[in-house]
Parts: sequence; structure tokens; C-alpha cells
Amino acid sequence: MLSVENLACARGGLPILEGVSFEVKAGEALILRGPNGIGKTTLLRVLAGLQPALEGRVEGAENLAYAGHADGIKAMLSVTENLEFWSDVFGGTGQVDVAVQAFNLGSLADRRAANLSAGQKRRLGLARLLVTGRPFWLLDEPTVSLDVASVALFGDAVRAHLAGGGAAVMATHIDLGLEARVLDVAPYKAKPRAAADAFDEAFL
Amino acid sequence: MIALLRRDLALAVRAGGGFGLALAFFLIVVVLVPFALGPDTSRLAPIAPGILWIGALLACLLSLDRMFALDFEDGSLDLLATAPLPLESVILSKALAHWVTTGLPLTLVAAPLGVLLNLAPAGYPWLVISLALGTPALSMIGAFGAALTVGLKRGGLLLSLLVLPLYVPTLIFGAEVARRGADGLALETALLLLAGVTLAVVAAMPFAAAAALKINLR
Repeated sequence: MLSVENLACARGGLPILEGVSFEVKAGEALILRGPNGIGKTTLLRVLAGLQPALEGRVEGAENLAYAGHADGIKAMLSVTENLEFWSDVFGGTGQVDVAVQAFNLGSLADRRAANLSAGQKRRLGLARLLVTGRPFWLLDEPTVSLDVASVALFGDAVRAHLAGGGAAVMATHIDLGLEARVLDVAPYKAKPRAAADAFDEAFL
Repeated sequence: MIALLRRDLALAVRAGGGFGLALAFFLIVVVLVPFALGPDTSRLAPIAPGILWIGALLACLLSLDRMFALDFEDGSLDLLATAPLPLESVILSKALAHWVTTGLPLTLVAAPLGVLLNLAPAGYPWLVISLALGTPALSMIGAFGAALTVGLKRGGLLLSLLVLPLYVPTLIFGAEVARRGADGLALETALLLLAGVTLAVVAAMPFAAAAALKINLR
């Protein structure tokens, strides 16, 4: 489904990861591990197509749903309105009520997102993944501010997604109880070298 | 695209959306001018089209920096960039939403406010027509400026400096249409140029703005 070959990526014009290669097939999950600042987020953003790779190839990174540190929630819209909006943007195939059930948001459905707690907001952000209907999830620290019960809900959602032929790449520090391969990105740390396209970055 | 437009309009009219800001600013400018210049109608009438156009332009400028900044802060912009919607359509619908919430209301209230400035009766239809033709260009150019400055904290000043020179052709021809209309002169050339500027901007700017946005999302 996704194959990455000899990928190098940069943050702020400085290369931070190089030589990253892996494959993810349908029904598989890959967990990225590594210390803070090693480049897990940058790697995910490259895979999502939000920033270009320095070198290397990324194949099959299509039909993806990305969930970053920010949830993309509008405070003035209700939980259902937020989900309906994302469902419409992604083609209207997603089922909002299923997503609401999966993340136990039923009692909050008509509440404005501004009044949600951090963990509830995160649950809403993760429920968004379900309404996109996309087979390939890119998750950046999905369990931040979730309690134990919600982490279990999230684990169930990922398991159901994988069982349905989906795939996921996620950066996380905690154990989700998933049968997933773990990729430690620390060994791919880029050796110091001159910043590529330094002029370009400075200009922009 | 329609979903995005609908969401932006819903957000604009709910509390804190800033829907009335441009209108209130326009109203204040137009109401203050007669106080500053004196109530002499023969002095107000010749400058009325220009004042109304400047007021509308500055009111448009006021809400530009919110166009992408809010979506950038809460992460929606990253998610929209990975959505099946092309970034160009995102920008087009954002600019359209901005026009519906600022340009359109400004166009509609310009005629009643023209009374305060003693605009010549022949000028009213042309003022409304020139604003209706010109304000879409203001929103679209503004979307480009907002896309360029989206990652910057307090990017409002830079945004104004970038956008104002690009507003000049629209201002010149728009105010010219309104002025010539009020004076009863031939105005076809200015009208066609105004429409031409708007069409060119709407055709080209989404691509420029999308390119700028992609760089800022890195």
C-alpha cells in the first residue's frame, strides 16, 4: 500500500532524517518510535504530502487521512457539525453517527466544540478519521490527552480499521496493544551536512 | 467546496465570527467624513464616490488576515490540504465566503450611505455596479495576500503592505466608474477595465495563492 525508499526529509532547511525505507501493506500498522525532535512529525508530514522530501521515493501515499497535533476543530460548531463538515469535504461517504458511536461522543453530539475538554476534543479529532472514509491513516501522537478508556476506544477503532483492509502509520510513545510493527527512527538520524537549498529557504 | 463555503459562512455569522466588523468600519468612515469636512454639500458631492470606494476598500482589508490564520492555527488547513479538494478550490471558496460576508454587504449599504455624502442621484446605480464588480477582486487579491502571510504571527501589517499596491487598479477604475456615473460622463472604458481586472484576478490568483499556501504549510 505504501512503500518508502531511501527517504530523507528536512525541517527548517536542515536535514534531520535520511535513508528511511519501509513498507506498509493493507491491514498493517506501523508505529514510529524515537526520542523527541528526531523527526517523526516531519516524516509523517512528508508522507502526507504537506512538505516535499529531500530525496528518496514515497509510493502509494494516496487516499490518506492525516491527524496532526491540532485537531482541526472549529470551536463555534457543534460536534456533529464538525464531523459533517469533514465528511462532506472528503466526499460525503463517511457515516457521522458511526464515528460518534465509535468514540463515545453520543452525549456530546450537540455540544459546541468550544465547551469540550482536551481529551474530548482529541476524541472528536480522531472520530474525524472515520468520517473521511480514507483507507490510509497517518497519525501523529493520537493518544495525547486521552484517558485509559479512550485509548482503548482508539485501539478498537484502529483494529477495526485494519481489519477492514486499512493501514496506518502512527507516531506514539505508548503501547496501544496493537499487533503492529515498530520502527525506531533514531538510527536514521541525518548526519550533519550543509543545508540543502539554504538560499531558497532563507528567501521564502 | 460547497461544504467549506457553508462552514465559513456559518462561522462568520456566529459569535466572534467578525461578520459585522467590515460593515461597522465602513459606516464609521462614511459618517465621520462630513463631520471632518463640514456639511457643505457642494464640497461633499464631488468626493463622495472616492470616499465610498476608499471606505469599502479599507473595510475589506480589515478582515483579510483572518481568512486563513484561524484555519492555520487549529490545524484545519493541514487537513484541508490533504483532503480530496484541490487547494485552489479551497482558496476560491474561502475568497467567495469573504466576499459574501464583506464585499456583498458593503455593496448593499453603499447606496444608503451615499446619501450622507450627498452623492449625485445619477451616481447611485453606478456606485453599486462598480462595487459589485470590484469587490470580488478585493477579496481574491486579499486571499493571495493572506495565503502569503499565513504562518506569520501579527502578519496583518505585512499583509496590508503586500495587498494595497495590488488593490490600486481596482480602486482607480472602480472609483472612476462611480465618479463618471455621478457626473453623467461616458464610463464604458473604466467599467470594462474594472471588469477585466476582476476577471483576471479571479482567474489567476487562486493558483498563485495555492502555491503560496503550499510553501507556508511546509
